[in-house]
Amino acid sequence: MKTFHGRLGAALAALALATTAACGGDPAPAAGEPVTLTFLVDNSETTLATAKAVVDAFQPANPDIKIEIETRPQGTEGDNVVKTRLSTGDMTDMFWYNSGSLLQALNPAQSMADLTGDPALANVQDSYLSVVTQGGKAYGVPISTAGGGGILYNRKVYADLGLQPPKTWAEFTANNEKVKAAGLTPVISTFKDTWTSQLFVLGDFYNVHTALPNFAADYTANKAKYAATPAAMTGFQRLADVHQKGFLNKGFGSATLDEGLRMLVEGKGAHYPMLSFLLPPLLKDYPQVATDIGFFGIPGDDPARNGATIWEPAAVYVARSTEHLAAVKKFLAFVASPAGTDAQTKAVAPAGPYRVKGSKLPEDAIQVAKDLQAYIDRDATAPALEFLSPVKGPALEQITVAVGSGLTPAAEGAAQYDQDVAKQAKQLGLAGW
Amino acid sequence: MTKQDTRPRPKAGPAEPDRPQRRKAAAAYPYAFYLPAGIVYVVIFLIPTVMAFYFSLTRWTLFDSTFVGLENFADFFAEQNLSIGFRNTLVYAVLTSGLKVVLGMLLGVLLTSRLRLRGFLRSVVFFPVLVSTVAVGITFSVLLKPDTGLVDRALALVGVSGHDWLGDATTALLSVALVDVWKGVGLATVIYIAGILSIPPDYYQAVEVDGGTAWHRFRHVTLPLSRPATYSVIILSFIGGLRSFDLIWTMTRGGPGFTSDVIASIIYKQYQAGFYGLSTAGNVMLFLVVSAIVIPLSWFLGRREIA
Amino acid sequence: MRTFRRVTAEVVALVVAGVVFLIPFSFMLLTAVKDSVQAAELDFSWPTSWPIVANIAEVVSARDYVLLRAYLNTTVLTVGSVAITVVFAAMAAFVLQRRAGRIGALANFLVLSGLIIPPAIVPTIWLLQALGLFKTMPGLILVEVAFGLSFAVLLFRAFIAGIPRELDEAAMIDGCTGLSLFFRVIFPLLRPVTITVILTMSVTVFNDFVNPLYFLPGDENATVQVTLYNFQSQYSTEWNLLFMDIVLITIPPLLAFVFFNRKIVAGMTAGAVKG
Repeated sequence: MKTFHGRLGAALAALALATTAACGGDPAPAAGEPVTLTFLVDNSETTLATAKAVVDAFQPANPDIKIEIETRPQGTEGDNVVKTRLSTGDMTDMFWYNSGSLLQALNPAQSMADLTGDPALANVQDSYLSVVTQGGKAYGVPISTAGGGGILYNRKVYADLGLQPPKTWAEFTANNEKVKAAGLTPVISTFKDTWTSQLFVLGDFYNVHTALPNFAADYTANKAKYAATPAAMTGFQRLADVHQKGFLNKGFGSATLDEGLRMLVEGKGAHYPMLSFLLPPLLKDYPQVATDIGFFGIPGDDPARNGATIWEPAAVYVARSTEHLAAVKKFLAFVASPAGTDAQTKAVAPAGPYRVKGSKLPEDAIQVAKDLQAYIDRDATAPALEFLSPVKGPALEQITVAVGSGLTPAAEGAAQYDQDVAKQAKQLGLAGW
Repeated sequence: MTKQDTRPRPKAGPAEPDRPQRRKAAAAYPYAFYLPAGIVYVVIFLIPTVMAFYFSLTRWTLFDSTFVGLENFADFFAEQNLSIGFRNTLVYAVLTSGLKVVLGMLLGVLLTSRLRLRGFLRSVVFFPVLVSTVAVGITFSVLLKPDTGLVDRALALVGVSGHDWLGDATTALLSVALVDVWKGVGLATVIYIAGILSIPPDYYQAVEVDGGTAWHRFRHVTLPLSRPATYSVIILSFIGGLRSFDLIWTMTRGGPGFTSDVIASIIYKQYQAGFYGLSTAGNVMLFLVVSAIVIPLSWFLGRREIA
Repeated sequence: MRTFRRVTAEVVALVVAGVVFLIPFSFMLLTAVKDSVQAAELDFSWPTSWPIVANIAEVVSARDYVLLRAYLNTTVLTVGSVAITVVFAAMAAFVLQRRAGRIGALANFLVLSGLIIPPAIVPTIWLLQALGLFKTMPGLILVEVAFGLSFAVLLFRAFIAGIPRELDEAAMIDGCTGLSLFFRVIFPLLRPVTITVILTMSVTVFNDFVNPLYFLPGDENATVQVTLYNFQSQYSTEWNLLFMDIVLITIPPLLAFVFFNRKIVAGMTAGAVKG
């Protein structure tokens, strides 16, 4: 069946190509020429719901373009599927993938269609373009929302214990002591899902960035190191601190992300260093998430310079191998338009602001999105390092688990990470390493 | 192989000269029989493998590759946690294959005795072999949780509780190895059952006549005569143990930190990170290490078997 | 007294086996029939509600009934690759066991290599693309065959060693050569070990998720193991559905095993350990 469809598709494509060629390469799709586009997304509930909502909203106005969604696993297994399919020329017409450093590994210049200056990007916020750009060319449009990476906290616990969101690390520690005294877990940690251990380091980047605005550039150029930069090493130190003070939950080593989220929502724990993206899927089972859970950036030492680290939305990219570029661009323009983001909002509650001009958070947005918007409104945010630099060592999550479990001292962890980063930069063939 | 030539051939008639004999071998056992398997193996497995060996000498992003000589091998050996990985790999392989031999033999003896529920027990012991590793990994990760996990609850009855088996650096690898044994002991048991059943009953009768006890039967008949089964179990589970990866990956991802990393999981992490040349170099190394251990071992065991 | 001890021993064996081997499975079953909130507790408890039918329906209907297509795909894949492997491996093993020499030594080396070397995914994809077999079921079947041949050849070779050469010679006097000798005389004798190969390899192919993921991507091509990804994600896991999926996809091997239990042991008896 598959091969039959494949052949039919190829035949249609050839026919379509012949038609356009006959018409002198007219870029507009020939009217009444139905095309089917394929769209690869990861299989998480939120991603799939968002993708479906956008496709369904796009369809009525574009009856000639049919879009089929294909799924892939998440995480690094999924990364490899994407890379393998791109490198073997077998990608779907368009696909949903991370922006920032992970994009660099896809070799967009060779594998993706260049969208620079295309009308499809007309509504994309200028500040977003840099995270989907490589070598001066832009390759994607934002889908879904930006999110905050910092501390998710239970506002009920805060109200019960009379606490205020901390502006400094000292206040945070004081809050943790009170939470602990009340018999609750101050800092939830879930090291079975290793990636969740990185937040103290990655989420601290706003503080690094305000202290050393050139860190990202120097770091990319192999001039700055974590272990040799006290401001950058603070993140590792924080991680060691919370473990050493006994703030973690019992069984943190084998706890999983969804156990952590449940502890937070049920008020068994007060803080969870995490990304705000993870809350919307919980609304189905725990509607109180909308109001009970708030967000603050990982506090630094100076209360006047309090802010938050932001994760940019993922993007939809176009495979160079597509045979329906015009139709794909039409869809992309819709994704990055207020109508497109409205459709997304209806399917999945936004965890932060969209990166599309004219799109606003709805009035009834969940609390974390409002908290994040407040940081953005007072211009106290910085994108996470992975959106500013292609350099990101793959072993960070294991190193942060080791530091956060007290197996490795903070300084040693930072040094290990510097080595890991050097290996990655060498493998990517970056200049200066 | 050698023993075939010494066999008598009563039905071959009068002794024939050497040449027709060889021609006859060609007719009876044509090399063409290798062709179907050989073509599939060479095209789908061998050629890609040789290509991969070339890529182990390059910096490879899947999109393009740069020749870097032996640099990947140097980088692989410079991997920070390689020594932990080597040690864990050996510990894991020895521990799992050792336990599979001992437990497999005990269960084999038990399940060949006149037990009424023998058939049922055989099924039960073998069943984990059939379940996918991922499913087993997920289930045991849950059962081994502190406080809520069933293992912990059961141990609480004897006074041990609250231990984070998979989240604690000292017990993570050990716990995974035990789950591996749980999943794999069924295969070892079946091999032993087969081995024990193929021992001619006369031997047992001889021990009986001499007034030997059950222990004597085991020590002097079962143990030595099930040696071929032992060899099969050792070779299969040792190769499996050295290359083992999916269970460790599902249950601990080599963690906490790097404490339960094995060579295969280090390689997989490099692969995940997109360091394709480096991870291929790691695979070449792993291949060499496994060969260096297994080929002498299988030669040694094979020789003993014939003798 | 002796009967008493025997009974005691049996009871102990039964209880230990039950605890060690059956409790994990009962945990899977119990979790599979819970509602999503209780299942997320992940403890060993009696379900408070029993949404069995709802859970089954949700797992089966998820992603446009992908599970049903997956059953079909997996069946085709398993039957196809196992059948080819059995015939090819038995033929190769026969010559390998009977004819020593330089070619035999090379073949032996390749068989052992096949057990040890991990497959290289991307070059394999290039090759399949060049052959026009990438993303096709025949392509994936050939991949499984190539990766499974070594183990099957080992088992067959060990078994064939136990078949006396005199038999070949007698058959040859009767005028059998090559193909007819193998397929008329030898292959029928391999039945026990063939069953062993069929079963072990079916389990391997059935439980494989890496190869289908890379060599036959796409929802319409999903195999049963790949469906596990649908309920377990980086961000949230629906435990009851995940375990229901595990239970549903474990049933086919379980049934196969219940039917073939005796034969596996018989096959092993005659096959794997002699040599």
